[in-house]
Amino acid sequence: MDLYEYQAKDLFAAHGVPVLPGDVATNPADAKAIAAKFGQAVVVKAQVKTGGRGKAGGVKLASTPEETEEKATAILGLDIKGHIVHRVLVTPASDIAEEYYFSFLLDRANRTFLAMASVEGGMDIEEVAATKPEALAKIAIDAIKGVDVAKATEIADAANFPAEVKDQVVDTIVKLWETFVSEDATLVEVNPLVRDPQGKIVALDGKVTLDENADFRHPAHAELVDKAAENPLEAKAKEKGLNYVKLDGEVGIIGNGAGLVMSTLDVVAYAGEQYGVKPANFLDIGGGASAEVMANGLDVILGDEAVRSVFVNVFGGITACDAVANGIVKALEILGDSATKPLVVRLDGNNVEEGRAILAEANHPLVTVVDTMDNAAAKAAELAAAGV
Amino acid sequence: MAIFLNENSKVIVQGMTGAEGTKHTKRMLASGTNIVGGVNPRKAGEKVDFDGTVLPVFGTVKEAMEATGANVTVIFVPPAFSKAAVVEAIDAEIELAVVITEGIPVHDTAYFWAHAVATGHKTRIIGPNCPGIISPGKSNAGIIPANIAGSGKIGLVSKSGTLTYQMMHELRDFGFSTAIGIGGDPIIGTTHIDALEAFEADPETTAIVMIGEIGGDAEERAAAYIKENVTKPVVGYVAGFTAPEGKTMGHAGAIVSGSAGTAQAKKEALEAAGVKVGKTPSETADLMREIMQGL
Repeated sequence: MDLYEYQAKDLFAAHGVPVLPGDVATNPADAKAIAAKFGQAVVVKAQVKTGGRGKAGGVKLASTPEETEEKATAILGLDIKGHIVHRVLVTPASDIAEEYYFSFLLDRANRTFLAMASVEGGMDIEEVAATKPEALAKIAIDAIKGVDVAKATEIADAANFPAEVKDQVVDTIVKLWETFVSEDATLVEVNPLVRDPQGKIVALDGKVTLDENADFRHPAHAELVDKAAENPLEAKAKEKGLNYVKLDGEVGIIGNGAGLVMSTLDVVAYAGEQYGVKPANFLDIGGGASAEVMANGLDVILGDEAVRSVFVNVFGGITACDAVANGIVKALEILGDSATKPLVVRLDGNNVEEGRAILAEANHPLVTVVDTMDNAAAKAAELAAAGV
Repeated sequence: MAIFLNENSKVIVQGMTGAEGTKHTKRMLASGTNIVGGVNPRKAGEKVDFDGTVLPVFGTVKEAMEATGANVTVIFVPPAFSKAAVVEAIDAEIELAVVITEGIPVHDTAYFWAHAVATGHKTRIIGPNCPGIISPGKSNAGIIPANIAGSGKIGLVSKSGTLTYQMMHELRDFGFSTAIGIGGDPIIGTTHIDALEAFEADPETTAIVMIGEIGGDAEERAAAYIKENVTKPVVGYVAGFTAPEGKTMGHAGAIVSGSAGTAQAKKEALEAAGVKVGKTPSETADLMREIMQGL
């Protein structure tokens, strides 16, 4: 889960990383009040989970509370790369002497963590990595030994941080590591990390990604979820424990296993080219495709108004095809009249004959059984096109 | 021969007495796996009857190995306890640890991987979040259904469980030396490259199917490895061409970040290394069928 800047900075502050004070406003009047409280020039920053806010007009300086209100009015509601701005962070404007970059992240290739640091911060770090790789220090971190003062000093030296701020930078690096480990983050990024004219180091921006697999040991992380910003269908699926991602097509997809479902989306996309239809969602119902899980899955997919047909693609492994077929039949019973879209079902694997026989016996008017994944995808695309 | 797992493998199950462990211990036994015991510190000394096969429960992996000569462990313990279970297996220096558990925090996986590295790689880790490994007719360590395909000369390595099953099903007329699901997490023990290296060295494997998916650059690195080191024919498949940027597609590691980790980049890297890449699972199987018929 990606956090908003203000949430990331709250975590930083909780772990002793120096940040500026700031408050979040969801309307211009509140932004004005926050600026009045600070009694100085402020920066109004769009809170969206994407980069390039500045270029998109999502970060503005304001010298008075009235101007803060104006700027907040302009920023709230902006569409930044498809993310609508619902809140702004109002924070005291600070003078910047120098901008640096720092992050801890997962290094998948080396199966460990990586620290990245540069004294050329403030800009897109991928650009620095591409155009001036020597300016970006990359230091592997041992997941057991972690980052102590000695390791943090090694990182600061590798990135050539100036001597006058080195002690502060080392201390900040150690605290960012504490944030990274104790919050089970997969990314902690500060861009820019700044030195102010008085020589003080501050994390001016922050980006944090938390590992949802670790939610069981972080009950407080549940409060960081922005329920209002979630797609309603994705939220409904999540409540029912389903792994669902909304896409913008017309063919609803249900399958078992993440790889098979991704593959199903691709096969439907190819089949749909000639009809101008695309997959409407990713939905993995996992190994045990019970009637209840199947009904929940169908319910979510049929709740998507863009869906014109549904492709159920199951390879019977641990859960055999007869159980899956029974699940589909019962799911249609449970849904009754709310099931209105044609279903193309492809079953293969364990007890496939029994499974197909159950569907043939039920002879549900909405259900078409097709033997192979490719042919089933073509049928589902054709039906979706016919239903548009 | 087969790779990593064969008819001489003696298997223990960590978490054998839990719901998943019990279900899959029965299935592994039914498919002919030589399971010699289980581990659960709270039930040490007890015996469990699996449809007529009575297996002892040991307090630790080390005790189980000393008593039975086990050299493989399959781990079904819940995510919160997986780190300790894998570290215990590594400390006992068991040859192979197959970590089935889904949902292990990546900091925990990074920790046990670092522990494996620090102690000299005595234990091969497969997974986590994987279906395990099967050498059909010899042994089955994990949750791959044993009846999909029999033994043969194709080696299969895949990030995805159900795509492993699908591909085994498509190529069941040829059969497999070993099929291995390496898992869909961002950090995994055994990689595509490890499996490719072992298949290349395995005299019973004549051709290899490699299945990848979006996220990371493991497929690109495997492509570079194939170009330099693999002489056997390799056919590839990559899932997730239609996956949107920034969304996790079921597997914790299956995510396109910015322009990195796309299926298209993986496909191009594999093709540049001389690997034939299928557009769909069935087209991939057809490419392998042509190769097998030409050999």
